[in-house]
Amino acid sequence: MTHWPFLSLLIWMSIIGAAPVLLAGDRRPRLARWLALLVALLILAINLAMLPGFNDTTAAMQFTESHMWIRALDVHYALGVDGIAMALILLTTITTVLVIIGAWEVIKTRVHQYMAAMLVLQGFMIGVFAATDALLFYVFFEAQLIPMFIIIGVWGGPRRVYASLKFFLYTFLGSIFMLIGLIYLYSRAGTFDIAALQALPLGMDAQTWLFFAFLLAFAVKIPMVPVHTWLPDAHVEAPTGGSVVLAAVMLKIGAYGLIRFALPVTPDAAQHYAWLVVGLSLIAVIYIGFVALVQEDMKKLVAYSSIAHMGFVTLGLFIVFMLIRSQQGNAAELGMQGAMVQMISHGFVSGALFSCIGVMYDRLHTRQIKDYGGLARVMPWFAAFMVFFAMANVGLPGTSGFVGEFMVILASFAANPWLALLAAFTLVIGAGYTLWLVKRVVWGEPPNAHVAAMPDVNAREALVMAVFAAFVLAIGIWPEPLVRMLDAPVSQLVQTLGHSKL
Amino acid sequence: MITLAHYIVLGAVLFCIAVAGIFINRKNVIVLLMAIELMLLAVNINFIAFSRFLGDVSGQVFVFFILTVAAAEAAIGLAILTLLFRNRRTINVAEFDDLRG
Amino acid sequence: MISTSILLAIVLAPLLGALLAGLLRKQIGRVGAHSVTILGVGIACGLSLWVFWQLVWGGAAIYNHNIYTWFQIGSIGAHVGFQIDRLSALMMVVVSFVSLMVHIYTVGYMAEDDGYQRFFSYIALFTFFMLMLVMSNNFLQLFFGWEGVGLVSYLLIGFWYKKPSASFAGMKAFVVNRVGDLGFVLGIAAVLYFLGSLSYSQVFAHAPSLVGRSIEIIPGHSWSAATLICILLFIGAMGKSAQVPLHVWLPDSMEGPTPISALIHAATMVTAGVFMVARMSPLFELSTTALSMVLVIGATGAFFLGLIGITQWDIKRVIAYSTLSQLGYMMAALGASAYAAGIFHLMTHAFFKALLFLGAGSVIMSMHHEQDMRYMGGLRRYMPITYFTMWVGALALCGIPPFSGFYSKDAIIDAVGMSHIWGSSYAYWCVLLGVFVTATYTFRMMYLTFHGKEHFRVDQHAGHGHDDDAHHERGVLAHTPHESPWVVTLPLVLLAIPSLLAGMFAVQPLLYGNFFGSAIFVLPAHNVLGEMATHFHGVLPLTLHAVFTAPFWIAIAGIVVSSYVYLFNPGLADTIKRALGPIYRVIDNKFYFDEFYDAVFTRGSVALGRTLWKRADDGVIDGVVVNGSASLVDRVATRARALQSGLLYHYAFAMILGLILLLAGFVFVGRA
Repeated sequence: MTHWPFLSLLIWMSIIGAAPVLLAGDRRPRLARWLALLVALLILAINLAMLPGFNDTTAAMQFTESHMWIRALDVHYALGVDGIAMALILLTTITTVLVIIGAWEVIKTRVHQYMAAMLVLQGFMIGVFAATDALLFYVFFEAQLIPMFIIIGVWGGPRRVYASLKFFLYTFLGSIFMLIGLIYLYSRAGTFDIAALQALPLGMDAQTWLFFAFLLAFAVKIPMVPVHTWLPDAHVEAPTGGSVVLAAVMLKIGAYGLIRFALPVTPDAAQHYAWLVVGLSLIAVIYIGFVALVQEDMKKLVAYSSIAHMGFVTLGLFIVFMLIRSQQGNAAELGMQGAMVQMISHGFVSGALFSCIGVMYDRLHTRQIKDYGGLARVMPWFAAFMVFFAMANVGLPGTSGFVGEFMVILASFAANPWLALLAAFTLVIGAGYTLWLVKRVVWGEPPNAHVAAMPDVNAREALVMAVFAAFVLAIGIWPEPLVRMLDAPVSQLVQTLGHSKL
Repeated sequence: MITLAHYIVLGAVLFCIAVAGIFINRKNVIVLLMAIELMLLAVNINFIAFSRFLGDVSGQVFVFFILTVAAAEAAIGLAILTLLFRNRRTINVAEFDDLRG
Repeated sequence: MISTSILLAIVLAPLLGALLAGLLRKQIGRVGAHSVTILGVGIACGLSLWVFWQLVWGGAAIYNHNIYTWFQIGSIGAHVGFQIDRLSALMMVVVSFVSLMVHIYTVGYMAEDDGYQRFFSYIALFTFFMLMLVMSNNFLQLFFGWEGVGLVSYLLIGFWYKKPSASFAGMKAFVVNRVGDLGFVLGIAAVLYFLGSLSYSQVFAHAPSLVGRSIEIIPGHSWSAATLICILLFIGAMGKSAQVPLHVWLPDSMEGPTPISALIHAATMVTAGVFMVARMSPLFELSTTALSMVLVIGATGAFFLGLIGITQWDIKRVIAYSTLSQLGYMMAALGASAYAAGIFHLMTHAFFKALLFLGAGSVIMSMHHEQDMRYMGGLRRYMPITYFTMWVGALALCGIPPFSGFYSKDAIIDAVGMSHIWGSSYAYWCVLLGVFVTATYTFRMMYLTFHGKEHFRVDQHAGHGHDDDAHHERGVLAHTPHESPWVVTLPLVLLAIPSLLAGMFAVQPLLYGNFFGSAIFVLPAHNVLGEMATHFHGVLPLTLHAVFTAPFWIAIAGIVVSSYVYLFNPGLADTIKRALGPIYRVIDNKFYFDEFYDAVFTRGSVALGRTLWKRADDGVIDGVVVNGSASLVDRVATRARALQSGLLYHYAFAMILGLILLLAGFVFVGRA
């Protein structure tokens, strides 16, 4: 094991790297772009350099760092990653590079500020995934709201103020409860070390209160029905890059929080209320599916489809409790793995779909489905990508979208066939709304001369989409490497959840 | 025999007059300033009375401080008043409600 | 020996061709596109034949190995691998051969189309997915191929994407198939839950342990595990193989170009369900309930969907309904546990139905993309090769000895007749009457197309309409119909040969010779083919014996009726139509399935979605809870701001009041 503080390097290079980008100033957008890309690529390179040293056979934290931060409260600046965090950090660094390339000529005003905001956002998001101290986690969790708030509020659409406020307040409301929960835990444990909190014995009453505090905080972020209504608004108003990061990475922070806090800290309460979360997840899959069917705005449609797909993540996480109760450890692990793979896959698929919509929006400046048509003829390459990502969204085998859904459906059948039936309903409704979108946008004849004059994707856009497509395809054809990376922490988590704290 | 109580009552009376001056007065900002000075005076009387009563000079030292601050305050207050009049053409208190919610 | 690299070459050669043709379409051009895909599929076809040869005559052992691990979680593993036994080898040969024929045919058929390279890329990709499906050794890869062919089918039905009806039909096919896949996925989940594995060999080895196991789906009612698994898997087959009531997508799929109607929607993809059920025979044998369901649904389709074929005017739709009917026959055979007969019919049907579709395509080409038979007639003079080969296909379809269809269909009818499971007598009547229906619509189609008066005229000045036939007066051609080029007729001839001969050569080994060995498992109690084998005395006696059997004479009756009505007395059709009024309308409207689905599912979903969106999401959650709390804060603040008068003396008064209250509180409460 190496002694380099890789994780700190990732976080702080990203945040400090934003400074020269800002200094490039408004007059030199070219310099700002290249600097931002350089920083992002450097971080990706460092992240990839971590992989050979990463040991996927252990669930223990790796690349750990720990320094005293606030002595009076015994708060540490403590970082570390296991397979779950590592996969999500990789998703973050890859997405950021693509977002910066994607925004190249699209962002025209205050380029340096946009790029800097993206880099800072990346740093904070990595911080959330890498923190092993609860207070540090909380600080990063809150901090990453700020750049996103700015990205939506400054470069967003006409209702950006409403959307960014809604996004901020919604998340804030949830995180207040998390803070209260963390303070209570500190008062019991005397430390903010997450591992210690996970091992802390708690009574059922305390667990119940804590569980709901954490659930509320992270349910908003995921988002789960019924606290999901900020997402369509935020996506519609956000610039393309904002949408991509929001969908690809930020939603995962909610699920990651559940995995780190709600599940292991309060396993008995989670066990007791698993039916509630499972129910809400299935509502997300079906109810949101129907809502997505009738959307007229492309971004809203994809946003709703994100909620439905994240429903599979929460379903996979909480189906585990039902399976543990009926002594099916293997199926429980399958469900949990399904949730993880679904998270990563959704990151690539939804990021790609939002990029597609961005490409269209840059050309026609509208997101209304009815304004488009016949893109297969006008933009053949674009149409090919769009259909491919749509198929991934539908969960076609061979794309990453299938893997997680398939695992979760297999696992939920073992818990109860009816649950599996309801979950598998996404096969039909998902195909319905996605293909109807494709039919209206890609097939047919161009409705007017503006659409007919749209140029096909340029090299830069094609590069972004090709990279997304490569990951979607790679995970779909050979998910085993990803599964291996996640395997050790997942099976340990399932073990932990099987032991009551009472 | 004039006791400590007399001084304290005097101070209280002066303070009450000042308070009444602040919120009964609706015409003139100058009266407001005068009422504030009156309040400080009431405080000063209390300081001196207790200083004499307790045999501790530090109370009287405080009075000097307060007098200085009051003088400076009056100067600045009047200056603001002059500017206010110059800009608004009035010193009527009831018209100064810019902070209304 | 069969080696892994040969099998990999079989699947990857078409894939490589598809990628080259699709991604480098500009660079390699038209000739390049059809060369690489034909080469790829040709390699697959040649190697498949070699593998088949090795297995049947070369004494090679069954190949069953994993190529790589898809995922491994605890004891649950999913792999990609091949299982090559005689069943999959036969399917490989059928798939790659028909695909090769269609590739060659397409060179002529799509010659003038803008999407030439795209088309070749799609059909080669289809071949890849279909081969993955039939060669799989596990449920996961089966599903991969299953959905993959569905994807290509979607793309190809909507190939002429400018036509709204085409892209709509593609979507419909995909979504309806997804309804079936929902059952299929649950079936796979059930297999994993009850048998703990996804690989065929392990599942089938443990299948007997299912006996006696049950699951409570509805509290208080327990279901046999085998029945549950088989019904769920069969729902998947119903979607892909277009069984009632999930058949609605197949007729609409005729919006796609004709070569894919032949390849995908007749010969290969739609038979995937039949193949799957045959593959799962060790499971289906355990549940008589599921077999009854397969039998009844198959037989229903065989008769009732065939009826619709009689009322259609579009030549491709007639063949499409015929496909539905024949798929019903195959399923009925599986339901009667005559798996070999189902696969046998699958094979012969693949040849003669592909032939019929390609022949129809040849006709459509010469008619300038006119598909309505009311504007055809008398074409036999203009296109003799198409005429002759299509008759071979038609006679095979009707089951006239010695054409191939006779042997397979006759075996199915006998097998259903011998079956004793619930619903078998109903099914027997359906498949018997289906013979009459088949003969009727087939001959009607042939007469309307090739015989009788010409219902078109030739006008040299008429627009040369291939793409813009919307502006083009119907029944008027720019020049006389002519025979298609050799790339089109060669596949017709090559397909006509097996359509004629495949039956008589294959019937003995395939049905009565235990050809499939361990690939197909039949319980002794269900072994109708074994019973039939005792009456089998060779191919020639079987063929001659046909004249003493009911199906033969029923077919003859259908031919006679059809000939009388459509050839000798053309006015009679309308009279019959009027006489049968309401019945005709019901059949002509395809039993109103489409109308029902559209009203209930399509519009229902949209209305439900809109209600949920506007009422629940925008109304309750956003309106009441989110914006409601915001506006509550707003209202409270509006009241509270009145306190903020901005007047100094109000504030001073409030301060004094507060001070007094505080002091009072301190004095009175603090003392106590």
